[in-house]
Amino acid sequence: MSATAAYIALATGILVWALLVRRFTAKPWEAVLERGIGDDLPNSAPARVGLWVFLAVVTSLFALFMSAYYMRMGHGHGAVHDWSTLAEPAVLWVNSLLLILASASMQWSRANITRGQIARARDGLLIGGLFTIAFLGGQLYAWREVRGLDAFTPGNPAVAFFYVLTAVHGLHLLGGLFVWAKTLIRISPRRPEPIDVRLSIELCTVYWHYLLFVWIGLFALLIAT
Amino acid sequence: MAFVAIADRDHEHALHDPQSFIRKYIWSQDHKVIAVQYAIVAIAIGLVALTMSVLMRLQLGFPDTFAFIAPENYYQFITMHGMIMVIYLLTALFLGGFGNYLIPLMCGSRDMVFPYMNMLSFWVYLLAVLVLVAGMFVPGGPTGAGWTLYPPQAILPGTPGASWGIICMLASLAIFIVAFTMGGLNYVTTVLQARCRGMTLMRMPLSVWGIFTASILGLLAFPALFVSAVMMMLDSLVGTSFFMPAVASMGEPSRYSGGSPLLFQHLFWFFGHPEVYIVALPAFGIVSDLLSTHARRNIFGYRMMVWAILAIGCLSFVVWAHHMYISGMNPYFGFFFATTTLIIAVPTAIKVYNWVLTIWRGDVHLTVPMLFAIGFIFTFVNGGLTGLFLGNVTVDVPLSGTYFVVAHFHMVMGVSPILVVFGAIYHWYPKMTGRMLDETLGKIHFWATFIGTYAIYLPMHYLGILGVPRRYYAYSNSIEFIPPSVHEVNQWITISALFVAAVQMVFLFNLVWSLRHGKPSGDNPWRATTLEWQTPDTPPKHGNWGKDLPVVYRWAYDYSVPSAPQDFIPQNVPPDDRTPAGREHGVKS
Repeated sequence: MSATAAYIALATGILVWALLVRRFTAKPWEAVLERGIGDDLPNSAPARVGLWVFLAVVTSLFALFMSAYYMRMGHGHGAVHDWSTLAEPAVLWVNSLLLILASASMQWSRANITRGQIARARDGLLIGGLFTIAFLGGQLYAWREVRGLDAFTPGNPAVAFFYVLTAVHGLHLLGGLFVWAKTLIRISPRRPEPIDVRLSIELCTVYWHYLLFVWIGLFALLIAT
Repeated sequence: MAFVAIADRDHEHALHDPQSFIRKYIWSQDHKVIAVQYAIVAIAIGLVALTMSVLMRLQLGFPDTFAFIAPENYYQFITMHGMIMVIYLLTALFLGGFGNYLIPLMCGSRDMVFPYMNMLSFWVYLLAVLVLVAGMFVPGGPTGAGWTLYPPQAILPGTPGASWGIICMLASLAIFIVAFTMGGLNYVTTVLQARCRGMTLMRMPLSVWGIFTASILGLLAFPALFVSAVMMMLDSLVGTSFFMPAVASMGEPSRYSGGSPLLFQHLFWFFGHPEVYIVALPAFGIVSDLLSTHARRNIFGYRMMVWAILAIGCLSFVVWAHHMYISGMNPYFGFFFATTTLIIAVPTAIKVYNWVLTIWRGDVHLTVPMLFAIGFIFTFVNGGLTGLFLGNVTVDVPLSGTYFVVAHFHMVMGVSPILVVFGAIYHWYPKMTGRMLDETLGKIHFWATFIGTYAIYLPMHYLGILGVPRRYYAYSNSIEFIPPSVHEVNQWITISALFVAAVQMVFLFNLVWSLRHGKPSGDNPWRATTLEWQTPDTPPKHGNWGKDLPVVYRWAYDYSVPSAPQDFIPQNVPPDDRTPAGREHGVKS
């Protein structure tokens, strides 16, 4: 919980500082406007800002899950200590590599769409999505592996957390794949590059990097405990 | 990649008015329609919760009289009443209702930045309400675990609705959070990205500031409720032991191992306390605008008000454990949370002083919205002062299980925000419909509600000081420390509650009757400065602003400027000799 509180404080502080404090020197009731009246207008796409706000929400979600993980792990001693450490399946290492490749492909796609190379951007996007689907398949395989372990029992919180954390992360990736599929349909080498496709690829890339970052955090937590 | 602000790309978007009835009023992406949809559903489910509170009071005031109210029903009423009022009524109404209606209009936008997602937000909210209502009809009825849904009792046999009722409740909460996240993303992004030209952050009306900050709080706090709902659902359905300890139930060992009920409490209150401010901050913002407009005075200390809203928002994340003093905690933790709780009183008090100073020597018009706004100040101060008692560990421990707490939270986050809701509806109804609400009925509604709620909750403090425990279905005469006067007070409270509940029908009648028979309002009946009153049409049409977006030249509180021809200067009036760009106390332009 303390980790979550620290995150919330940090996130709020950054938000307040970046968005608000630097504009707090304004005294609009005092001075007649000398600058242009549009000087304060935002200059970023709403979807981009919306994504970053959403990532803050997702960060809060995972930070809380991880806080709960730590608190539950430290709960109970002696007879009621029911946390039985899990030997994570080796396939998770392969899965992690797949997600890194997915993220790299997305980045490659983004670089290409910026240069106007639509065909390459499309390929990068396609490959990134396929790696992601492979990652999700690998996670399902890991679920099966854990089911066969001696420590597998719903009463073991280590097992329960393993399933919950991987499921929540996977669901976020599935949501990303929905947007990925819509973007893939819209992008075509024969059509001129619409600006919203370029934005979609950029936002997909940011989202993929973010979920890779989250997965690395989760994976580190799982194997370290 | 450079993008042009949405306000400047306005000419790129042709305004396609929806033509069919369904696209216009049901499957609508217009923020104003969505706001009304949110409000109707929230008020409808709120009436269900009001009915439950009446049934509870009937049982407490006249025990052994109503055979159809069994003990398990009483606990189900408590649970559903609390959850509905806090989440499905107040949160939905302030953010989904007022947030949706006011943000684009007050910021000078055509709509929310993601209209489709905004529409989905409402429909998912409706789904959450339907799942909640479905929980009342499943075998065993709705959950009776108390609105905090504490494990282990919430999912153990013996608690009403421990099988399906609790599942419906948890599922409904999870769905609600999805709906809120879609809405909240819209509110925050719209405020950041879609303000019209000249609408700097420090020119935004305080209503927008309150709703904006509350949305951020909700986006960061609701995940805690989501996490606890998901994990408790798994405990109940799959047999995991996140929260469920190794307990014996009904004389038999349960299937659970060593889960932590305290973990649930931490998660719940990490959401639960910011939730208080998710409701309160929009109320703070709205009441500031009501006071300023109806006292014809600029808001006192605008910048301090903004800072106070932000400070309260930040501090609300570090006070949650004051709800858990009696759960047991390290004394240093208790000291920390008691201290932060007292600190949060500072920005709150600043706001109260500023409200009072705003109307001090103002040209106060005792209109119905103003009456509700003043009523809010009284009620909020009363409720806030008892909060100072309960924020201290040593005082909270003996009072926590008594009616003192019931009185406190009803005053501070029940009656106070509801008074603002009423004031806001009386204030903005003319813009939404083009007609005024009937003033006589409004004044009857105000005085009966205001005095009635005090008749209910002031005696509850007395009950609490006497040590009368809350959550009891009935008080047997054999309980020695409960004197006969408690039963008489309970009867008085019940009669008052019935009266207040009945008076709300006057309000509902007024809403419906005035829709057709109310006095036409014109565009700006309150002579207000903010942008929503400057629309070319009343009610505003799709797209809000006709061909051109407004341009803002001043803050939202230019009332009674000495040289101006009227006692208000709208935000979109350019400065000239007679309408200078605004002034604050002692600061000439």
